[in-house]
Amino acid sequence: MTTNTTGVAVMPQATPPSTWSRFLDSDFIYSFKRSPTAMVSAAVLLLFILIALLAPWLAPQNPFDPAALELINSRLPPAWIEGGQMRFPLGTDGQGRDLLSTLMYGMRISLMVSFSATIFALAVGVSLGLISGYAGGRLDNLIMRLADMQLSFPTILVALLIDGLSHSLLPRAVHEQLALFVVIFAIGISTWVQYARTVRGATLVEKSKDYVHAAKLIGMGPLRILFKHVLPNVLGPVLVIATLSLGLGILTEATLSFLGLGVPPTSPSLGTLIRVGNEVLFSGEWWVTVMPGALLILLVLAINLLGDWLRDVFNPKLK
Amino acid sequence: MLRFLSTRLWNGLLVMLGVTFISFLLFNYIGDPVNNLLGDTVTIAQKDAMRKSLGLDQPLLLRFVKYVGLAARGEFGISYRNLEPVRQLLVSRIPATLELSLCAAILALGLGIPMGVYAGIKRNSWLAQTMQVVSLIGVSVPSFLTGIILILIFSVELNWLPAYGRGDVVRFGAWSTGLLTVTGLKSLIMPSITLALFQLTLFMRLVRSEMMEVLRTDYIKFARARGIVDRSIYFHHALKNTLIPVITVAGLQLGSLIAFSIITETVFQWPGMGLLIIQAITFGDIPVIAAYLMLIALLFVVINAIVDLLYFQVDPRVRLA
Repeated sequence: MTTNTTGVAVMPQATPPSTWSRFLDSDFIYSFKRSPTAMVSAAVLLLFILIALLAPWLAPQNPFDPAALELINSRLPPAWIEGGQMRFPLGTDGQGRDLLSTLMYGMRISLMVSFSATIFALAVGVSLGLISGYAGGRLDNLIMRLADMQLSFPTILVALLIDGLSHSLLPRAVHEQLALFVVIFAIGISTWVQYARTVRGATLVEKSKDYVHAAKLIGMGPLRILFKHVLPNVLGPVLVIATLSLGLGILTEATLSFLGLGVPPTSPSLGTLIRVGNEVLFSGEWWVTVMPGALLILLVLAINLLGDWLRDVFNPKLK
Repeated sequence: MLRFLSTRLWNGLLVMLGVTFISFLLFNYIGDPVNNLLGDTVTIAQKDAMRKSLGLDQPLLLRFVKYVGLAARGEFGISYRNLEPVRQLLVSRIPATLELSLCAAILALGLGIPMGVYAGIKRNSWLAQTMQVVSLIGVSVPSFLTGIILILIFSVELNWLPAYGRGDVVRFGAWSTGLLTVTGLKSLIMPSITLALFQLTLFMRLVRSEMMEVLRTDYIKFARARGIVDRSIYFHHALKNTLIPVITVAGLQLGSLIAFSIITETVFQWPGMGLLIIQAITFGDIPVIAAYLMLIALLFVVINAIVDLLYFQVDPRVRLA
């Protein structure tokens, strides 16, 4: 608030600080500026996201355009090794595709799938958690029982089974078209429980607070109270889970794609690229596997470091 | 206590029922196994004969009752892919997976807990700091990549260890073990490290943070004030109280070792249940998928029950509640 607040009457004249400047002034940004790990990992992540978004313009070659490929260029090692060419800084694969370009496109798919899955899980989990905590009774019991059941299985297994079953369930032609959505659905469904549990717990605390009673008194509907007033107050822990599960989503997607499930071969993610590289592992072309692998580790490490930092920021015990 | 246990038991039963229902639906509504088996170049009469021999021509309800009855006795039908009884297939694959998971569990617990204790006690030493950084990298590396990197180093470059398979096995009736031959043991090294690594870092981080929390409490300070030696404080007083969360996580992680073995087995072509299920999924071998689903559900229900029982053993407060 500005300095000339002498009374309520003066308030409208004093220009209130904008949302942006309030954000820059918050504890959140303060502790961000003081954590080199957080800043570096955020910068790396931002860079990766930018590269992924701009891949079609940044990549030196379109790896999916058969006309751009020449078999004469296949199996070239990275540029710094003897036999490598500057045109292909990270080398090429068996079809003569520039590895750097393939990586950019692959990261695009990996990030896209994980982001979508996280948003999907967040929407489902947060809604169910809010409803469960606010409604209580039978509905709460049902949702939480469901969550308990799912939680007794590891998330990777749930995702793998959903994705695997879709292969047998859908006809091949339909499956190829839907494969991307199936992966997103499988990863999303396997992770909603965490959100639901956290949000439910927080909602239970919030719902007995005065502001909720006040909102009820002035005649607000339960949905409006939930999403407009309770939701903003339970978002902190949700953000932490979302960040960490973004990393987990990338790993899960890569694992599924490595196993031959996951994304279709026509839109290869980092996991698919590793799978392809694994097939030629014994011919000495290590770079086809190691490059996407290293990128995958770097990407997930940056996200995990950021998530760890966020968890500390939102942990009231550490304040 | 009885109430707590009965709720848990009820939950477990519900899970089993749900999973059985799903696997029954799979068994009945998915694809046309006859086409999968015979391809398109056979007569309708041949197809009908095949359908009959697989029992796919009977009414739905009858099939469900039959299915549950047979499943309870461990009869899961015949694999579409290799025309062997599914039970026989599973039984022949179980030893490989159990041996691998057990070795990985021993590795993960045997190294993870001591490392965590050390990192919790001497948290400012360079070794503890290094372990912390390495463990963060550890949770960021997917296990299939760990396997590939190991193969690249120890099989392709150094040629020390076999890259795939189980080596020579010794048979004892239905059980086959790779623990008694040199090639079997050599083949076991890389897969068990791959499978253990993620859990190891998890245990280490968990024990470390629990240890640090416990060491801050008053009763530890009093123990020090009484002049009790460090060793006794760390291992007798502190470690004991870190065990409750460790048991929960260890129980659940033991289950996920078997789930994660799907990935490890695919990387190393390890002839266990995980490889079987992946092959079944790619082929659309529904009886195998359905049986695996129920088997794994049963396994997790049993593990969760054991973890609950262990609580009572370790924490008397649960017994009183």
